[in-house]
Amino acid sequence: MRREIPLIITAVVGIAFVIQYFIPHSPFDRFEQLFSDWFFIIAACAIWLGALNLLKLSIIKVQRQKKDWQYSVIVIVSWLTMAIAGFAGGRGFQTPGTAFDWLYVNIYTPLSATMFAILAFFVASASYRAFRARNVQATLLLVAGFLVMMGRVLFDDIFFAPLGWDFQPLSEISSFIMNYPNLAGQRAIMIGIALGTVSTALRIMLGIERSYLGGGD
Amino acid sequence: MIRIAVTTLLIIAVTCALASAQEDTIQVVTDTLSDSALAVIQPEVPSPAGKVLVNDTPNDNGGSVQINWTASADDTDGRIERYEIERKEVNASDDTYKVIGDATAGQTRITDNYAENGVEYVYRVVAVSLAQAGDGEMLEVKSYSESSAIVKASAQWFNTNRTVVLIFALVIGSLIVNYISQARKGKDLFIRKIAGLEAVDEAVGRATEMGKKIYYVPGTQDMENIQTIAGVTILGRVARLAAQYETDLDVPVSRSLVMVTAREIVKEAYMNVGRPDAFHEDTVHYLTDDQFGYAAAIDGMVVREKPATIFYMGAFYAESLILAETGNSIGAIQIAGTAMPAQLPFFVAACDYTLIGEELFAASAYLSKEPKLLGSLKGQDISKGLILAVIAIGVIIQTLGVYDFASLFRIAAD
Repeated sequence: MRREIPLIITAVVGIAFVIQYFIPHSPFDRFEQLFSDWFFIIAACAIWLGALNLLKLSIIKVQRQKKDWQYSVIVIVSWLTMAIAGFAGGRGFQTPGTAFDWLYVNIYTPLSATMFAILAFFVASASYRAFRARNVQATLLLVAGFLVMMGRVLFDDIFFAPLGWDFQPLSEISSFIMNYPNLAGQRAIMIGIALGTVSTALRIMLGIERSYLGGGD
Repeated sequence: MIRIAVTTLLIIAVTCALASAQEDTIQVVTDTLSDSALAVIQPEVPSPAGKVLVNDTPNDNGGSVQINWTASADDTDGRIERYEIERKEVNASDDTYKVIGDATAGQTRITDNYAENGVEYVYRVVAVSLAQAGDGEMLEVKSYSESSAIVKASAQWFNTNRTVVLIFALVIGSLIVNYISQARKGKDLFIRKIAGLEAVDEAVGRATEMGKKIYYVPGTQDMENIQTIAGVTILGRVARLAAQYETDLDVPVSRSLVMVTAREIVKEAYMNVGRPDAFHEDTVHYLTDDQFGYAAAIDGMVVREKPATIFYMGAFYAESLILAETGNSIGAIQIAGTAMPAQLPFFVAACDYTLIGEELFAASAYLSKEPKLLGSLKGQDISKGLILAVIAIGVIIQTLGVYDFASLFRIAAD
């Protein structure tokens, strides 16, 4: 029964979701919202599992002085600081002026923005590797990428507008590449993803795919 | 005396206007008239809205009626300020119309989303224009359309806008189920090779040879996302290999439910290969729900521990390149799989192998080699062939201009 009950729940919920897409009549129209609410309630309760797991592992690491244990001290201090600030603020803990808000605005937000900003450097290094003209395909990628980038900046205005041209060649080429070859490729991938999703959903609903329940095939 | 005379003249003027109007339901709002205004008002009554057509909103869960009307003849010259839509219950004791909404000039359609299922209603549309009184005050002048036919809101049992989706779902579903059935009967099915999945053994073996860890990152989304489900399914196969090779596995997750699920999967995998003693609960551990916090934590771990192999399987957003480039910088062999089209170029650029879209969903079946699962893959590939054929036929028909083939597949908005 340990496996059968989850399989039955999965099949019933899966079929209910499929049905509600085609049948707008009550009670099917409420299924999506109902299951979604259940999921978020369960996920919200489960957050403690994760948060306490993080705290437990960090404390163990510090206690046993494992390699790089110093980082775990930062985790523990940050965890407790945010938790205390949040609980101390009561229901309005997120309102401006509270300790939690101060920590959020002055520490969390800049740190998060910093991580996001690093992406720019990673894009540069990844582009450098991807755009090296090692073979025909990579050369095509390089040329297409170059044209798109030229079309998206002000090159048309700088070079062609002074000549009195109404036509903006780089912008047109860029739009063509994005709207035709690029879009066609994206749609092909999307069709594949849709089929894969249907196939996976069917495998799960029919109980053929069971490994997500743990182990057994 | 003068006041009485002026009022009498006003009454005569209004009576004349009423008589000359096309509709017999015209009302001049005089509630706010001041004495001086009364003296000079000459209301220009707008033409009423034309025929009012009502129908139950199709393909919905009830409680909604669509109201369409022909614009007032005065709507074109800007005289109409707005339309008010009024509703009356046919069998109610209160036999009056109530305003249920309004529409701007030029608008000829509105939906009443507050109708009760099964209750009979009639609607009328009120054309409202403004008239200027003698003291400059603006007054509303209204003319009423004829009442609509009786209408009832109701819920439908099938959304006909989605018929095409249903047909395709049935066809594709039947193909997949058919091939699963054939596979169950023992039919040998050919499945094309997927380089990224062929490399899984090699990647795990490399970590074993180097005596380093394997990192498995199942994306940043929760268990309701099918990509995460596909990701943790593949984790089972990778964990089994790691257990067989006695290689350390580390699964940092960003969602509590994913942690619980992944932990169960890894535990079962270790038990299935007879190595329950090698399993540690901490193999699967939670970091944070925050997208960039998660990326920062994994980057730190990768730089410090330098794993030999990193898997990225699931749903990723902007953190994809931050993770993959860091893994690339330490020389780890990286295999990624996602169905997020915007992140695929980043993984292709930074990883050794990338499972593109559908390949992520195929991975579990491919790695298990189990006939039933492979049958579903075969059905998926045949469905793709069918879609390609439909596209090819559509391109020919559409190019020749014989018929608007694309119209067969358009899904009307609800």
